[in-house]
Amino acid sequence: MENSTNRNSCNFDYSKYINPALKGIPKSGIRKYFDIAEGIEDVISLGVGEPDFEVPWHIREACIDSLERGITSYTSNSGLIELREEISKKYIKEYGIYYDPNSEILVTTGVSEAVDIAIRAFVCKGDEVLVVQPSYVSYIPLIVLAGGTPVPVTTTVENNFKVTADDIRKNITSKTKAIIFNYPNNPTGAIMTKSDYEEISDIIIENDLIVISDEVYEEMTYEGTHVPFTALNGMKERTILVNGFSKAYSMTGLRLGFVLAPKELISQMMLIHQYAMLCAPVTAQIGAIEALRNGEDEMRAMVREFNRRRKLIVDSFNEMGLECFEPKGAFYSFPSIESTGLTSEQFADKFFEDQHVITIPGNIFGENGEGHIRCAYASSIEDIREALARFEKFIKKI
Amino acid sequence: MKDKVQEVLEILEYDAKVTPEEISDLTRIPVEEVKEIIAKCEADGIIRKYKTVIDWERADVSFIYAIVQIKVSLERGSGYERMAERISKYQNVRSLRLLSGDDFDLEFTVRGKTMRDVAFFVADKIATLENVQSTATHFILKTYKVDGVTFMDEIEEFKRQHVSL
Repeated sequence: MENSTNRNSCNFDYSKYINPALKGIPKSGIRKYFDIAEGIEDVISLGVGEPDFEVPWHIREACIDSLERGITSYTSNSGLIELREEISKKYIKEYGIYYDPNSEILVTTGVSEAVDIAIRAFVCKGDEVLVVQPSYVSYIPLIVLAGGTPVPVTTTVENNFKVTADDIRKNITSKTKAIIFNYPNNPTGAIMTKSDYEEISDIIIENDLIVISDEVYEEMTYEGTHVPFTALNGMKERTILVNGFSKAYSMTGLRLGFVLAPKELISQMMLIHQYAMLCAPVTAQIGAIEALRNGEDEMRAMVREFNRRRKLIVDSFNEMGLECFEPKGAFYSFPSIESTGLTSEQFADKFFEDQHVITIPGNIFGENGEGHIRCAYASSIEDIREALARFEKFIKKI
Repeated sequence: MKDKVQEVLEILEYDAKVTPEEISDLTRIPVEEVKEIIAKCEADGIIRKYKTVIDWERADVSFIYAIVQIKVSLERGSGYERMAERISKYQNVRSLRLLSGDDFDLEFTVRGKTMRDVAFFVADKIATLENVQSTATHFILKTYKVDGVTFMDEIEEFKRQHVSL
């Protein structure tokens, strides 16, 4: 007999209740890989955007200890002051940039929330927001939900996926309000140097843009040192810098990020954060304090390991004829699969079907990602070697 | 150059069986140069030995281990090095270290087939050494971790999702 829940579901017209803005949100192109990989034993995934390392034990232990001591309450909306002070110290020590822990730092539930509140606080109906692509997939849907119009700014492999003043200029209109970029970049692994950033700072000032700089892969910079966008002259006052603990300290599931911005901007983001999120999880905040105080050695060891895998995977792709741009940051390689004659999605689908290796088609990250696939090297060297062997078999076949 | 040596050593410390070719893949240091670095580290005594960490209990081969601490009285012209040299010559002494603190000066791990072997070794060979003032012997009941390698069964691993952005 049909139960009442099912009967109600069939007869109920939900569509009239749904926010029309959601119609503009594309379904994620990678969902299908969740399902098809289920139940297959020998799957190797290069499709993950999170480190394979466990959270260093001393950080987990700090979280456990806080739970045992009953630290389970809400925190200040801004986050624990001890954590904001540690974040402030980090930026002074590493970059000489001061953010006031009392008014210019907001602790968020992951960088995802940080990006969301940054967009919602400043993007209104009719605003155009430049999104440097290929890009992480959340920016465009969040802009659309806020009523804004995302405008892709396409970078090219020929220019090492760096964004230039010309790229930006071509897309600016009277409605352009903000620009979002993410360096070190997901999915390409590209980085921007200080001089690269200097080239775009003038046009940002000329057009009076707000900048959202997603720097969550900051610590995974393999050549030179990371440059926070706010280190550039005149940029701190107009930039919302978002960062977090998911990548550097492998704390993905603990969901902890932060926003650095002028107090006038933080106070507006706080209006959303305090009602929508209230505060970031206290256990994760305790872990983050421990990470910043005592976690550097283990974090650097993880980064050194990523760097070894990076060299292995990039050189192997190039040797087998899949031309691969040299990623200098994050933990992704973005080889071209154009030589195979397949589209990104065809390649990812067929490769998975034939060899049970998951890769992410590049077009998911923007139209200019077509012709590439994203392969994370956030897996063990053994798994990466096995995946590369399967790549070779597959390339020879097609 | 120092960075390259450190990089090679770090990889070898984790896995002594890794080949120079594999190290080259991970570091972009040419294979010949990797071989030269390893050879020099061996010659300079930086790489002391390549060995295997074995859980003998799991292999059903029984050994008895004890940690022995000794207090030494030093005489003019006779430092800890001389005592350490004497003790380290015994094949059944597996490790030997100088300690800080007041209670004991040297600590070593000894291995034997039986408790009797170990007890007699300490009583006959160590406690009777000139300058040894006192000893404390602790038999090891179970080994959980050696040289960074855990001997415990893995708790069921929490699997990451296959795909995430």
